[in-house]
Amino acid sequence: MRYLPKSDSERRAMLDVCGASSADELFAHLPPAVRLQRPLALPAGISEYEIIDTFRKLGAENANGYASFLGAGVYHHFRPVLVDTVVSRGEFLTAYTPYQAEISQGTLTAIFEFQTMICQLTGMDVANASMYDGSTAVPEAAMMAARATGKARVLAARSVHPEYREVLRTYARNQGMPVEEFGYVSASGAIDLEDLERKLDDLTAAVIVQSPNFFGIVEPVKAAAELAHRRGALLIVVFTEAVSLGILEPPAAADIVAGELQSFAISPNYGGPFAGIIATKEKLIRQMPGRLVGQTVDTNGNRAFCLTLATREQHIRREKATSNICTNQALIALMATVFMTVYGKQGLRELAEQNLAKAHYLAGKVGPRFSGRFFNEFVAKVDDPEAVNKALLKKKIVGGLPLGRFYPELADCMLLCATEMSRRADMDLVGQAMGQPVAAGQEVLA
Amino acid sequence: MITKVRGHLSQNEALIFERSSPGKRAYQLPELDVPAVDAAEALGAVNVRAEIEGFPEISEVEAIRHFTRLSTWNYAIDHGMYPLGSCTMKYNPRINELVARIEGLAWAHPYQPEALSQGCMDVMARLEAALAEITGMDAVTLQPAAGAHGELTGILLVRALLEKRGNPRKKILIPDSAHGTNPATAAIAGYAVQNIPSSASGVLDVAALEQLVDQDVAALMVTNPNTLGVFEDNISQAAEILHAKGALLYMDGANMNALVGIARPGDFGVDLMHLNLHKTFSTPHGGGGPGAGPVAVKKVLEPFLPTPRLKRAGKKWAWDYKRKHSIGRVRSFYGNFGVLVRALAYILAHGGPGLRNATVDAVLNAVYIRKQLEPYYDLPYPSPNMHEVVFSDERQAKLGVRTGDIAKRLIDYGFHPYTVSFPLIVHGALMIEPTETEGKLELDQFIEAMIAIAREAELDPEAVKSAPHGARTSRVDEVTAARKPVLRWKA
Amino acid sequence: MYPENFRYTKEHEWILVAGDIATIGITDHAQQELGDIVYVDLPRVGTHLEQGKSLGSVESVKAVSDIYAPVSGEVTEINGILADTPERLNESPHDAAWLIKMKLSAPGEVAGLMSAADYQTYIGAEK
Repeated sequence: MRYLPKSDSERRAMLDVCGASSADELFAHLPPAVRLQRPLALPAGISEYEIIDTFRKLGAENANGYASFLGAGVYHHFRPVLVDTVVSRGEFLTAYTPYQAEISQGTLTAIFEFQTMICQLTGMDVANASMYDGSTAVPEAAMMAARATGKARVLAARSVHPEYREVLRTYARNQGMPVEEFGYVSASGAIDLEDLERKLDDLTAAVIVQSPNFFGIVEPVKAAAELAHRRGALLIVVFTEAVSLGILEPPAAADIVAGELQSFAISPNYGGPFAGIIATKEKLIRQMPGRLVGQTVDTNGNRAFCLTLATREQHIRREKATSNICTNQALIALMATVFMTVYGKQGLRELAEQNLAKAHYLAGKVGPRFSGRFFNEFVAKVDDPEAVNKALLKKKIVGGLPLGRFYPELADCMLLCATEMSRRADMDLVGQAMGQPVAAGQEVLA
Repeated sequence: MITKVRGHLSQNEALIFERSSPGKRAYQLPELDVPAVDAAEALGAVNVRAEIEGFPEISEVEAIRHFTRLSTWNYAIDHGMYPLGSCTMKYNPRINELVARIEGLAWAHPYQPEALSQGCMDVMARLEAALAEITGMDAVTLQPAAGAHGELTGILLVRALLEKRGNPRKKILIPDSAHGTNPATAAIAGYAVQNIPSSASGVLDVAALEQLVDQDVAALMVTNPNTLGVFEDNISQAAEILHAKGALLYMDGANMNALVGIARPGDFGVDLMHLNLHKTFSTPHGGGGPGAGPVAVKKVLEPFLPTPRLKRAGKKWAWDYKRKHSIGRVRSFYGNFGVLVRALAYILAHGGPGLRNATVDAVLNAVYIRKQLEPYYDLPYPSPNMHEVVFSDERQAKLGVRTGDIAKRLIDYGFHPYTVSFPLIVHGALMIEPTETEGKLELDQFIEAMIAIAREAELDPEAVKSAPHGARTSRVDEVTAARKPVLRWKA
Repeated sequence: MYPENFRYTKEHEWILVAGDIATIGITDHAQQELGDIVYVDLPRVGTHLEQGKSLGSVESVKAVSDIYAPVSGEVTEINGILADTPERLNESPHDAAWLIKMKLSAPGEVAGLMSAADYQTYIGAEK
């Protein structure tokens, strides 16, 4: 087998050194009762060509070459070519966690740059080297807030991504952390500040708000922060569409930012692997979960980087750790780092402006349900979302997400997202499917 | 005589922010085909940000040079062996990278219609089936994003089952040789942790277990083979003791590389376990992640598995959300699909017999290293080892040279260090796992290096204590990094 | 080496009593075992401590050690120099780098602690 670099004669020579006459002897010490007495019921190994063919066929069973107006936490953005060039280098791809700083300066430097860029984007003082994804960053942030305030209760906005709230509940249930929700304003789609104020109390550790929220609406973060702080609670701001930070005011009023970086050159990959981040103010550094890279010097005074503040983590503090997390999404974070480098200061702004333009063009065709300001996602009211999507599929267009599955009161709505990759012609077809008249020269939906 | 490496020039490179200057660009967006929109008008002026201060501005050439130069400062599997214990740093097959990027798979949105996602669902179904067969379990969830995440999922499953039976109980028993994620996980899951000391021979102390298992114990978390690389030969007995008292046996699958095709945890009494796809199943570490931590369970735990689960709907796959006993979601969407593709490709390449051969080679490599190094390094536990072996620095420590120093000197010989100072039950531990993808030449060079360093400890200890000498940096000051943390660049 | 007027615990804390106020720190043995200290986590003023329970922790790069209250009482002062210069704890564990001062609630507890001579025997035996 081509991954096993020993010849039979080498194996024999090694067995001699081990004092064994056959490989079986190496397992002789195992209790017979535990031994598997038959071969694994898996087919024999196949060739490279057959493997590629297998997966190509599987890929062909999926949507191929469809335009898509789905967002809802996972976004279709162009991936700069340099991203895969960099992450395919064996020195990045096949490297281990940088515990041995002297031979990991590549990974460590890149993570330090990543942490810096996240701080620059979010307006926070410190960012970690990434969490598994946005959805798990939320309960980690909630647990941070509980540790920092000594309180337990969490208030989450209903306009936070529904699956993120589910994950929060799974974690919170076992932490003695009651989770309650507050609503959104039916007209604007933004959080109901009055409802929040009513539900806040002195036992609240954290208020969790997403901006832009699941409906795409930009939330009144400052106002939410004021309400939360008045009651001694921390404000956690979540984001799922990282490109929005290219144009939207960062949530500087937040105490903790928890977000998802999938938009930054991470393929949708049917839901993962992605990279979450937690960023926070200086005072909460020691409560942060996850790996942190810090700057230092070596014995010759040269600048160097290393993992630091490890005493927060599981391998040292064990059951008293800030989290059980071991992994950081290093390679995924590297994709995001390359993306942020390639686009840079001007590019991320221009990219965000294009997203804004595309989505507002589509909204002009379709009519948003909510009056609140939005970035590249919005909710549209449509009598029969399933029927609209069925018609669009015939034109190889995947329409928006019907919201009934998450919000029964919005069963007559769908969530539409347009990015820099959305074509005008496709948006015109979406408009038609939703009942807009066909303009002269436009393609006609069957 | 160092044969594996020689020094060579590596480029210096500043931080990307230090290379930036205004107006440089590495991107180009197409022209808009729709009218531009005024940001202040669309978003409200108060919501529009100022420019992103300090963000990079460099050209494409500088970008590729920057990251390429950085990459040359790393050691990686593609360079040579990582003898890291319990990490299973095996070759990351490149074909896995290719198939993971097939557009229909890589571009799939988790909310696209199920009818257009059958390829993804088929990948997951095939992997679930293969992992169930390998582990001897009845059902598998692919949702957890990493090993520790899988552990958490597992302990939540334990809680759910015991709750259904009337009492979730209070404690999890964890051996003192366990990986740190085990007790951390138990705490996050709301259980108290009770340590169970290992026996004199380094394995589970079954008598102690018998004493400790009571109505408050929910489960024992055990790694098998344990972190000494030794098979827990009392494991079936341990399972019986636990089951008799209504408790469960959880296995940390970090060391599965010693068992695939040889023994199946489901056959020796394990109720549930997690796997590390980035260890046993070759998915790349990528400098620290991503991974994936599937959890395999016996039938009795199936109803509690995270939602949704794959189910058959006629000739197609569908996601089943109607699972009233489920513990809920442990993350959004379905799992680290990109990692799952790579693991499935690995399994297909080896096949059943191939997977077993890999295990045999992994154990052969570790036993070979043990035999060769036994004369030079103290072996605290003489039991037969499997895919990894643990020495201690006792002999060298008498000369003032510790395991951390030996590890740093190993860098000068062209290797990444082994796992230092773990497991905690061995003072001054050296934990070595070669994996099956190391050939005899690499192993012999490693052995020669370790022997040379043992000699240096006697004849020239300073060379060892001040190592490494040939790396990109000399030893870094971790103390200052922790006392005065600088966690970002500032202008 | 170990001041005669201190009392000591098995967990390597020292306590100096003056009336019903006590100063508490960790011993030279403890700071040596820990190595370079990078951070000290202390309780807030006003916190009630119970003998034998953890009052905070001391961190080196690779390890964390809990500090246990030698006696019960209320924290009245914490040593401000440790926030910025935790390394002082390595340098002067018995004087300038004391950890906390507290008002004793059960002064009788002090009698049960080790003398300097007993402590030296204890750490001698530990080796």
